Amino acid sequence: MSTTDTSNTGTGDPAPDEPKRGSLADRLLGRTVPGGPQLTSMLQHKTSEGAQELLARARTQAAELRREGGVLRLPEGAALDPEDIDIDVPSDETMILNIGPSHPSTHGVLRLMVELDGETILRSKPVIGYLHTGMEKTAEELMYHQGSTNVTRMDYLSPFFNELAFSLSVEKLLGVEVPPRATWIRMLMCELNRVSSHFLWMATNGSDIGAINMLVYGWREREILLAFFEKVTGLRMNHNYIRPGGVAADLPDGWRDDVAAICEAIPKRMDEYDNLLTGQPILQQRLQGVGALDAQTALDLGCTGPLLRGSGVAWDARRDTPYLAYDEVDFDVIVGSEGDCWDRFAVRINEIRESIRICQQILDRMPEGDFRVQDKKVTPPPRSRIDESMEALIHHFKLYTEGFKVPVGEAYVPVESARGELGCYIVSDGTSRPYRCHVRAPSFANLQSFSTMARGGFIADAIVLVSTIDPVLGDVDR
Amino acid sequence: MSGVDGFFNFFKGFFVTGKLPFKPKVTVQYPEVKRPKPERFHGRHVLNRYEDGMEKCIGCELCAGVCPARCIYVRGADNPPDAPVSPGERYGFVYEINFLRCIHCDMCVEACPTEAITESKMFEWSFVSRQDAIYTKAELVVDDEGNPRQLPWEDWKPGDERNTSAWMRATSPAGVAAKEGQPLWSGELGYGVRPAQAGQSDPAAADHAAPFDKAVRELAGNALRGIGVEGSAPRGIENAPQKPKHQKGNKK
Repeated sequence: MSTTDTSNTGTGDPAPDEPKRGSLADRLLGRTVPGGPQLTSMLQHKTSEGAQELLARARTQAAELRREGGVLRLPEGAALDPEDIDIDVPSDETMILNIGPSHPSTHGVLRLMVELDGETILRSKPVIGYLHTGMEKTAEELMYHQGSTNVTRMDYLSPFFNELAFSLSVEKLLGVEVPPRATWIRMLMCELNRVSSHFLWMATNGSDIGAINMLVYGWREREILLAFFEKVTGLRMNHNYIRPGGVAADLPDGWRDDVAAICEAIPKRMDEYDNLLTGQPILQQRLQGVGALDAQTALDLGCTGPLLRGSGVAWDARRDTPYLAYDEVDFDVIVGSEGDCWDRFAVRINEIRESIRICQQILDRMPEGDFRVQDKKVTPPPRSRIDESMEALIHHFKLYTEGFKVPVGEAYVPVESARGELGCYIVSDGTSRPYRCHVRAPSFANLQSFSTMARGGFIADAIVLVSTIDPVLGDVDR
Repeated sequence: MSGVDGFFNFFKGFFVTGKLPFKPKVTVQYPEVKRPKPERFHGRHVLNRYEDGMEKCIGCELCAGVCPARCIYVRGADNPPDAPVSPGERYGFVYEINFLRCIHCDMCVEACPTEAITESKMFEWSFVSRQDAIYTKAELVVDDEGNPRQLPWEDWKPGDERNTSAWMRATSPAGVAAKEGQPLWSGELGYGVRPAQAGQSDPAAADHAAPFDKAVRELAGNALRGIGVEGSAPRGIENAPQKPKHQKGNKK
């Protein structure tokens, strides 16, 4: 953490240009006389980039902050009303504190800029972009069949959902019907992925609020699921398994026993975690009533997923805009009532149980048959056909060099990821590369609710808030 | 919640943690003991040869064309008529993979029309220079027994060289259920025609895993007996000057 204090963070004007000289003491300490030129302390170390100390207080003007991208602001319609939080503090007695971007509790490279009065947060702003790698632009360079190697890296804790959203959008543009087995395999992998993502959330959430042992347990359970992913796709993360047109490979031999073992082991563990976490008075006091977000505000802010359901809005893309075969399986949408951190905790814990319930149904009802669409222009031929048929060989070469062409149009397909509504918007100009590929990232939208929830709360609760928003910075920045 | 309930719940949490010392460990002493890798694991690439020793690569550059990370550089050349390198018209004259860029997505493996490039199970390596990270053809092609060449900075375990082409075999049916369970590929030097996974061709296969990977069940089983610790000692560990002292829990 680093601190920068300031006399005027809001709407103050930069200092006028007329020069004033300070006293010798001012120059020694680098104090700037109001309206005077910027002075560098004679005691400061200088590097090639100038002095590496905090700027003098009067220098940290709003214009300065704005240039650095650090102007504090709240979402529109929720501007700070001092009476709202019952604090009467002059603006030059507040402190600006930067949490992150390298902080264990910010779940990646998130920087939280908070204005504090003592321990109370007056205003705050999540500063993002530290993990921006231009993946949407990269998607324009990659052919559709390479695209899932790219999108899978966005929300790296639930990679199957990224691949799914991308593939569904491409399939919508192509107008192909995916075979039922591919659909059910996708559902199986996505539900298991939701469990693994929520377990990682339980681990980090526990560690953020002081239940350090949960960190180890969460990782332990997630390992079971990652071992299964590894067995199916050959990789633990960033699988490139769900492709436009189906899935890359069939489930491996013995998958039924593996999934049965997972479905048996996880609910038992969940009962243990009810003892370890849910029943604990300390944890309850840490979460209950913290960061309450009412339903209307949550909707206004564009929150989705457990955040929105925790606030009492029963919106789940799996049920309300059915995709894959979710209308054929039986599951409950978990909804909270208060919208505080405790509700979000409860929603996620119970969603793990619901996902396991879906997996058990998939286990019983997995259909047989093809697992990639049998369209010669989309799916490469089976390997043996390359040697038998010149036509197949040509298709194989054309598909792997030029890719498949997608009709002109645009498509947006939302899926319910572990974090909320994840959608992929693709514009096609008729070539084999997307003209534009935008991902509606749930972490990005959910993170915007931080400022609203944190207002008037304690700085210690900000950590819990970030934890229960559960952002993945790869998803936020892309 | 009443105070009494809270008091009891407080100790229930301790019970969850307190009983763990009496259960088997789930962790393994990593560098000495390693989890077995699943069959389809994506590791370092190898360039295969036919059973008669000819190279499979025909220099078609499909792998380079499909690579989303653009880490493969291939140049083909015409086979010398008196000493052909590959059975085709051309062969891979230059073949380089930059492993600083490779994301192990295995698109190259799926694209290769002759099953020339596949992936081994080895992923534990430490380059000391950028030059080392760019593997040339001489380093990628399998040796005369059909085994991958093991470079000094790579940590191979017994079994890593087995099943090198599993992802190629898994994706070979290209979604056709009727093509599962039968080999759709050519033989490899030293190993012959590798078997296929049964898939949907044998309904019982879904219940019984290949002995190669049982990791998930061992992990999830009630015993929670490690993450499938069928661990193998690395080469040369007997000669290692010092063994770590805290190895007690993992001895067989």
